[in-house]
Amino acid sequence: MEIPAIVGGGLIVIGVGIGVGGIGRGAMEAIGRQPEAYGKIQTAMLIGIAFVEGIGFAAMFVL
Amino acid sequence: MLSISKKKYFLSLVFILFGAFSIRAQDKKENSTNTGNTKSEIKEYINHHVLDSYDFDLLSYTKADESKVYVGVPLPIILWDGGLVIFSSSNFNHGESLAQFGEKYYKLYHGKIYKTDSSGKISYDIKQHVLNKAPLDFSITKGVVSIIFVSIIMFVLFRNLANSYKKNGMIANGLGRFFEPIVLYVRDEIAIPNIGIKYYKRYMSYLLTLFFFIWFCNMIGLTPLGINVTGNIAVTFCLALLTFIITNVTGKKEYWKHIFWAPGVPLPMKFLLAPIELLGVLIKPFSLMIRLYANISAGHIVMMTLISMIFIFRNWVGSSMSFMLAFFISIIEILVALLQAYIFTILSALYFGFAVEEQDH
Repeated sequence: MEIPAIVGGGLIVIGVGIGVGGIGRGAMEAIGRQPEAYGKIQTAMLIGIAFVEGIGFAAMFVL
Repeated sequence: MLSISKKKYFLSLVFILFGAFSIRAQDKKENSTNTGNTKSEIKEYINHHVLDSYDFDLLSYTKADESKVYVGVPLPIILWDGGLVIFSSSNFNHGESLAQFGEKYYKLYHGKIYKTDSSGKISYDIKQHVLNKAPLDFSITKGVVSIIFVSIIMFVLFRNLANSYKKNGMIANGLGRFFEPIVLYVRDEIAIPNIGIKYYKRYMSYLLTLFFFIWFCNMIGLTPLGINVTGNIAVTFCLALLTFIITNVTGKKEYWKHIFWAPGVPLPMKFLLAPIELLGVLIKPFSLMIRLYANISAGHIVMMTLISMIFIFRNWVGSSMSFMLAFFISIIEILVALLQAYIFTILSALYFGFAVEEQDH
């Protein structure tokens, strides 16, 4: 039986969702611990999210 | 019949999503051929929007006698085919007719220009690839027009900003008041922390151009003109190529040493790391290219799909829902437009920072 390609799409969304969620949680915990480093943490968070998202989009275009 | 549909409407109010789907199913039963037609039309429409085109079309509609009417401007087509070939894209009639230039005939087939004979025959090989020769294409397409437009806007805007400092004694006026903090942000938050105070100045002009070019291109992609500039892989490829060239040309001794002879690791590891690091040099701009292209294209596709859902649902529950979703995504896309420009710029600055980094031993 062949698995439809859209299942892969779902897996991509799950993976990227977990990844972005983890980054967001990490950033929030870090901000909670050190509110004065808000700007720096946000920048690092956005870059991290961009990397995860990039992988997700790349996979989606292969689909 | 009426009471059933009323019940369904009541249910759909309670479980909006569930209800919308069930009504859609009912709709499908009534005119299944029509829905299938709409779906393929929507697919074609989204594909057409995402790709570049030879005409600047604002809208198109079908008349009562099944003829399509396009409202828009034809753009010049410039080809190199053993000599310069220039004609207007209106000669193609949106792919419906052949364009003739002297003795040569050209046909627009699936968004590409091919050379044909006077009958306009397109021949294929076994895998359905077109065998006709394609001339070198330097046409002013929709994307090129928008890039020229953005360039002119940027030139006028920032020349005025620069001149206003001269006139008013270091105080910006007009639109400059809006753009000055952004320019300062690029300098203070992107360039200086990543490149370092010593070398940041020589990269500033490139970083500013990059940031505003990507931002403006993303923003005009969100206007109803329907231009997809940064969602075109050729455009993002050129931007990434510029970053790649600047990184490697301005790279100092330390940068190359890090790539070919990584310091602080055992000798066998140095041989192992060199090819990986060398690959990394290529992967960095490649990921820049893919990220911008994929983000903007995906955003456009999602927005178009949500708007198109109105025509699939064709009832007030589903339509209002897809309208609200499309509105929501549009606002998100405004944020993404800025965010992608920011990320492209900050990653470029990071790579420049690696190139000029100095080790303090």
